[in-house]
Amino acid sequence: MTDLTVNGKKVSVDVDPRTPLLWVLREALGLTGTKFGCGMAQCGACTVHLDGEAIRSCVAPLSRAAGKSVTTIEGLPTELGVPLQEAWIAEEVPQCGYCQSGQIMSAAILLRDCPKPTDKDVDDCMSGNICRCGTYSRIRKAINLAAKKKAEGTRK
Amino acid sequence: MIVNLSRRDFLRTGALAGGGLLLGVHIPGLKPLAALAGQESSIRILNAFVRIGTDDIVTIIANHSEMGQGAYTSVAMVVAEELDADWSKIRVESAPVDPVYNHTVFGIQMTGGSTSTWSEWDRLRKAGASARRMLVEAAAAKWGVDPSGCQAVNGVVTSGGRTLTFGQLAEEASKREPPKEVALKDARNFKLIGKPAKRLDSPDKVTGKAVFGIDVKVPGMLVAVVARPPVFGGKLKSFNADKAKAMPGVRHVLDIGDKVAVIADGYWPALKGRDALEIEWDEGSLASLDTEAQGKEYAALAKKAGAVARKEGDPRAATTMEAIYDLPYLAHAAMEPLNCTADVRADSCEVWVGTQFQTADHAAAAQESGLKPEQVKLHTTLLGGGFGRRAVIDSHFVREAVRASKAVKAPVKVIWTREDDMKGGFYRPRAHHVVRGGLNSEGRIVAWQQRIVCQSFIAGTPFEPYIIKDGVDKTAVEGADELPYEIPNQLIDWHMAPGGVPTLWWRSVGHSHSAFAIESFMDELAHAAKKDPLEFRRAHMAKHPRVLKVLETAAEKAGWGKPLAKGRGRGLAVHESFGSIIAHVVEASVSEHGRVRAHRVTCAVDCGPVVNPDSVKAQMEGGVVFGLSAALFGEITFEKGRVQQSNFHDYPMLRMHEMPEVEVHLIPSTERMGGVGEPGVPPVAPALANAIFAATGKRIRRLPIRPEDFK
Repeated sequence: MTDLTVNGKKVSVDVDPRTPLLWVLREALGLTGTKFGCGMAQCGACTVHLDGEAIRSCVAPLSRAAGKSVTTIEGLPTELGVPLQEAWIAEEVPQCGYCQSGQIMSAAILLRDCPKPTDKDVDDCMSGNICRCGTYSRIRKAINLAAKKKAEGTRK
Repeated sequence: MIVNLSRRDFLRTGALAGGGLLLGVHIPGLKPLAALAGQESSIRILNAFVRIGTDDIVTIIANHSEMGQGAYTSVAMVVAEELDADWSKIRVESAPVDPVYNHTVFGIQMTGGSTSTWSEWDRLRKAGASARRMLVEAAAAKWGVDPSGCQAVNGVVTSGGRTLTFGQLAEEASKREPPKEVALKDARNFKLIGKPAKRLDSPDKVTGKAVFGIDVKVPGMLVAVVARPPVFGGKLKSFNADKAKAMPGVRHVLDIGDKVAVIADGYWPALKGRDALEIEWDEGSLASLDTEAQGKEYAALAKKAGAVARKEGDPRAATTMEAIYDLPYLAHAAMEPLNCTADVRADSCEVWVGTQFQTADHAAAAQESGLKPEQVKLHTTLLGGGFGRRAVIDSHFVREAVRASKAVKAPVKVIWTREDDMKGGFYRPRAHHVVRGGLNSEGRIVAWQQRIVCQSFIAGTPFEPYIIKDGVDKTAVEGADELPYEIPNQLIDWHMAPGGVPTLWWRSVGHSHSAFAIESFMDELAHAAKKDPLEFRRAHMAKHPRVLKVLETAAEKAGWGKPLAKGRGRGLAVHESFGSIIAHVVEASVSEHGRVRAHRVTCAVDCGPVVNPDSVKAQMEGGVVFGLSAALFGEITFEKGRVQQSNFHDYPMLRMHEMPEVEVHLIPSTERMGGVGEPGVPPVAPALANAIFAATGKRIRRLPIRPEDFK
């Protein structure tokens, strides 16, 4: 049994601890918002937060998450998630949408650590997330919009 | 394959269980392809596109799959417009498999060819208008007034201060005869169509709630990972499953027809089980396939005349220039790896799959399960990208799941690894183009010869009689056989390259390679004639004012002819495909290490009347990225019969830091409506290559572009 916290809830899973966290989330815990894209940390579709840092869950064994806290798209805290999700809708980002959970999970860390990201910051943080539909321009716009909204919210 | 669109009428309506309006539209005279369909049109009694609940929710039954192109939203807009529905109450549901949902042109239930919006335009407007009429009549009957005194507005029917919602009227309306004729709105009165609408699928896609095929959960479901032959056409000789079966979580290992399925409690044990398999393959005749040798074979074929696709004037007219363009096999590489879930029982078979090809997949599931078509239920999920890879003529990824589930008597989800998906074939065919041209003393093109060598994925399929004419596969020569330039002498011919490597339609199909050859060669001719590439094209486009306007718009918006930053060059290309015309102007530079950077892409589009303008722009932006990924990185190669690429590290995609600035200009148009999913792709590579020539003087004739091209 491996104990960990997922989206704020303590869970115990009886899965081989070498199993990538991605498959534990998707199959043992039914959290399918985190996607399988490549299995080798190339595309970012599986991005989740482990103790507040973005990781590629397809290459992180369950054992790495033991005793730690995992956040998935389903449990993204309101203050991190909602401004991005609203901006994603406002800029009409998703096409097929398959990569977007991972994109938002990466962007959430970017905006937490860097509330006013430059284009270079966006490039550095987001280049690990592939979008085959090619929504990059809109992702950039949505990140900038979310940053602006967050800044306005803070000033109020 | 073009049908008489005026032959549509309305046949049937009926009440849904639980009340509500169900409206069906039938198109007589359109039969499914019998070989693919395997089902009778009389199986289902109710046919439906519109369902209205007593809670006022209007559900549009979408018969086109949502794979990112925005089909769910655009088809819903078309219905909602004529229905005068409240857009906030619109929901979309994927259609079951039934001939009533067959494509209005292709005659089977499918999504492809950039056709979803225009092919449903008439049918769904009538479906919406007919439902509106029935709601109005129901209200009029209730109030004892003439329907002409009632109006449907934004989800309600009103008359003289009285109001009933669609939900309140749905049950009564559903009992009425559908009108024989319906009046459609004048375009001037459109409230939704032509204005940007928010995509209906976005909220679920930003919260992780959207269900793709890979997310399907069925009680008691097992997961399979399949070992497929390492060489295309290979056969299973023998296998030893002892080690695999000893792995924890592995339940079954079985031969599913020249493939070995490892079926386990989850993906990871299935994958580990597959790693532990010991398999002997008979690799077959393609075991020596080699990309370089194949290139020589294509070049040798191109020495001889091929099957003629187009001949104008005197094909022997003098040509003085020749250029050879080579394009590789390309993988679709949708973000969601292929997968399919099947649950085969004694008297039923359910399939959950993100597919573009419902009719074929449904028939394949019936065949594999040994059940009657009416016992098979296929659910279309969202598709994590399609690009043609999920419109599979042989339904192989559905067959695998059905076979596995039938054998183990449990629901099975087959998941392809990224490597399986990348190495699994069904590529954009490799293409070799030899283009010859001749200029007269005024710098006009007098002759154009284009010889194309590539495989056909149509030959030997049920599509052959529709797509192959006089020995020419239209998907191999499209674009080249309809040049937008006036050239008196033309000869376009094609050689079918030897088969074996599974190939398929890949976003923009034949146009994806023909446009590169055509628009690159036009640039070469322009430079040979010492003319500006825009001027040179314009001089040959007197009979193609629509195409010219698109080209001129892109050029003007891009600042064609204006000075550029040092080291940068501008290139342009225009191409018509899928009923739409797209021009791109690319601004690019090449680093001292031979790295190409596209800085800016200016795109102009004429796709006829537009339903959702933002969706058109999104498809153009996506098409630019798709085209750049292919031009800069895309290549599937073979050594000893094996695909050498495996994942995104060796088959890269454009990433955020490589993304150019893209601007899209929609040209207002009253021409016939075209498609937008694919046509943004073809002009990207030639515009980029032409920009590179402008920047460096180096002509790119082989894709992908390589750093060594600049040495």
